[in-house]
Amino acid sequence: MSSSMDNSMNPKLYALTGLFDTPDEIMHAAETASRKYRKYDVHTPYPVHGMDDAMGLGESPIGWVTILIGTTCMLLMLAFIAWVSLVDYPSVWAGKPYFNLPGYIPILFEVLVLTGAVSTVIIMFTIACGLPNNSHPLHDTPYMQRTSDDKFGLCLEAEDEAFDETSARELLTALGAQKIEPVYFDAKEASSGLSLLNPWFLGFGGAAATGMSVFIYLTFNYMVFEAPFNWMSVQPKLSEQSPSAIFADGRSMQKPVEGTISRGYIPEPFEKDPEAMAKYVVNPLPVTQDVLALGKEKFESRCSACHGNYANGDSRLPADAYPPGPTLHSPKVANWKDGHIYHVITYGQNVMPAYAKQLTKDERWAVIHYIRALQRSQNPKETDLK
Amino acid sequence: MSTVNPSAAYQKKALPGAASSFGWVALILGVILAGAGYAMDPLRSQFVSIILFMFVAGVAICPLFMVAIEYLAGVVWSTPIRRVFELMSYLVWFLPIFALPVLFNMGTIYEWTYLQNDPILMRKAPYLNQTFFIVRFFVIWIVWVIFQQLFVRRSLKQDETKDQGLTAKNIKMSALFIPVFGLSITALSIDFMMSLEPHWFSTIFGVNFFIGSLVAALGVATIATILLNESGYLGKGIVSDHYYNFGSGMFAGCIFWTYTAFSQGMLIWYANLPEETPWFLHRWQNGWSTITYFLLFVHFIVPLFGLIQRKNKRNVPRMLFMSVWIIFAHMVDLYWIVMPTYGHNPNALSHGPTIGITELGAVAIAAGAITLVFTMSAKNKNLIPVGDPKLQRGLNFRL
Repeated sequence: MSSSMDNSMNPKLYALTGLFDTPDEIMHAAETASRKYRKYDVHTPYPVHGMDDAMGLGESPIGWVTILIGTTCMLLMLAFIAWVSLVDYPSVWAGKPYFNLPGYIPILFEVLVLTGAVSTVIIMFTIACGLPNNSHPLHDTPYMQRTSDDKFGLCLEAEDEAFDETSARELLTALGAQKIEPVYFDAKEASSGLSLLNPWFLGFGGAAATGMSVFIYLTFNYMVFEAPFNWMSVQPKLSEQSPSAIFADGRSMQKPVEGTISRGYIPEPFEKDPEAMAKYVVNPLPVTQDVLALGKEKFESRCSACHGNYANGDSRLPADAYPPGPTLHSPKVANWKDGHIYHVITYGQNVMPAYAKQLTKDERWAVIHYIRALQRSQNPKETDLK
Repeated sequence: MSTVNPSAAYQKKALPGAASSFGWVALILGVILAGAGYAMDPLRSQFVSIILFMFVAGVAICPLFMVAIEYLAGVVWSTPIRRVFELMSYLVWFLPIFALPVLFNMGTIYEWTYLQNDPILMRKAPYLNQTFFIVRFFVIWIVWVIFQQLFVRRSLKQDETKDQGLTAKNIKMSALFIPVFGLSITALSIDFMMSLEPHWFSTIFGVNFFIGSLVAALGVATIATILLNESGYLGKGIVSDHYYNFGSGMFAGCIFWTYTAFSQGMLIWYANLPEETPWFLHRWQNGWSTITYFLLFVHFIVPLFGLIQRKNKRNVPRMLFMSVWIIFAHMVDLYWIVMPTYGHNPNALSHGPTIGITELGAVAIAAGAITLVFTMSAKNKNLIPVGDPKLQRGLNFRL
């Protein structure tokens, strides 16, 4: 909007501007202007060091905006994370506590930086450009074109109490400004015809945001699963049942190499031979508080229904439907080796089914320790009374 | 803009005798204290000698890094202060004196020298053996001395000849120096400090040591600049805007130090791998967690709030305080890295964090040596680079 065009409509004066050639001149001009005016500005094509002092500017308060908004958003994020990980969906990650502060610090730091930076930019635009107006009287003026190229400009604003056009012009002339020009408010802008709050503009923005959200939703929920975007779900790897040209038998699943076993698998060749198991296998677990607690828990949940809470053979189940289990305090069981009991739990005996699926190996051995403790409690010896 | 001619405002003046007297007193006091400490607990003194050496090495070489950065990036604000950095870098010459106590006692300090049949150490032996360790140190030292001489001699020659070609030569050499500096300071920190617990490794360790040293060196340079400038030894051109940049450098350095230290700690804590966690456990058990929290306080919290405001960075007493504080923080950092290994040593007299007179002696030796080397190397030299073409722009620097 060139200023000359609006002159005919008797527009309101925004400022009187002047152009200078060198940084030294603009420095001097700013020092002089600062003695008379409060509302004025300097425009330079690059940052001129020392301008703050020359213009008599104090410390900018924008840093407080950054730190306040950044810290507030960081604390809000911390509260959100705390709510998610403590209240809404507590889950253990990597064996760390539910509220895992060191792991959150990078997130909090990023939130601080992001919100601090974005809010600073928005606030600066609001102050400097007068958001929600999307224009400024200086936009597109020849003055702004020259000061963003190779000239240094001084802009004395009409809003200042000490401003009157004649004396401002005299000052600029005395300072040696080359092109002294008035800049007027754009009449159309002043009536906020092009304001950011224009319903059409807001409607367009809202429509764009909605459209983008729908597009992203559809993309991530549907499109990525359709060819040709489904590369991640269709992979040239072998799955269990698929044929394979690599191996001679045409299968992708292969038997283990002769003489090897898979990790964690311990062979037990004693299924048919409890005596051998009693002879060769010993209880690998130590007798500790933890092991006994585990044994108690497993005994009470798996064994006590038939064998009784103290292994006295007093079943809680109806005897006509389930034959009660025998007492485990009989001399027969008391004299069995741990390996023999382990065989019974693992493979079952008479009407007792195998408990290998319900109890892991360690749990079976822990139950055996607990049974031994029960046996000892029912048949104490002299040596136990200490 | 000021049009004062810097060579008119600046006049070469000899430093006051009080400076070198302070240096001698601190050095002698430190040697006496450290000697008494050695008599009481030799093993502890050997570990403290690592702290002293690494502190002095960092303060000696990091000024040269600042000089190289100035040449490479075409920095103007630090040109008037470059001579302070150059004079500080003369300390590089004396590094072997500080390294000798460590090199002579390697057999008791470093467990990789005496542990037998350790499969991990046997694989590391081609690098981690005593001969190669000493060779590495002297190679690094010679390279540093050569660069120091080349940089500073050209700069001093420029005072006389005003030859701009010397600046161009130093710019080219800076491009060579930066990677050499990065590799050598990493190697030095790995050798002298990371190998204290030779099973442990961290790839960011060298960066962490580098930035800690750089902040400490900036602290020393700030103190030197402020003391010299406020009593008129640097002419009239250096103002609080220059101090502001020192403050920004220390602020940024402390934040970056926190970043590296925290990421090292957090990643190891998260991954929880048995070969990585013991190092942090040694800095957590036996009361060391207090020092860990204290380090966070001195090296992050205080610099963050102390240096974030512009008015603090332009205020002479506050900048002096923050510089001393940051040098102290770097010493706490080195103490935290080195001494838990001593506490973990079966022959140690105390396993927790304690301060003995050896540490006080080391601080006094460092203060004395830095002051003495600075005053001695400043003899008959201009304290600002009067022949540098960027000098006037540097003096005109304003925020």
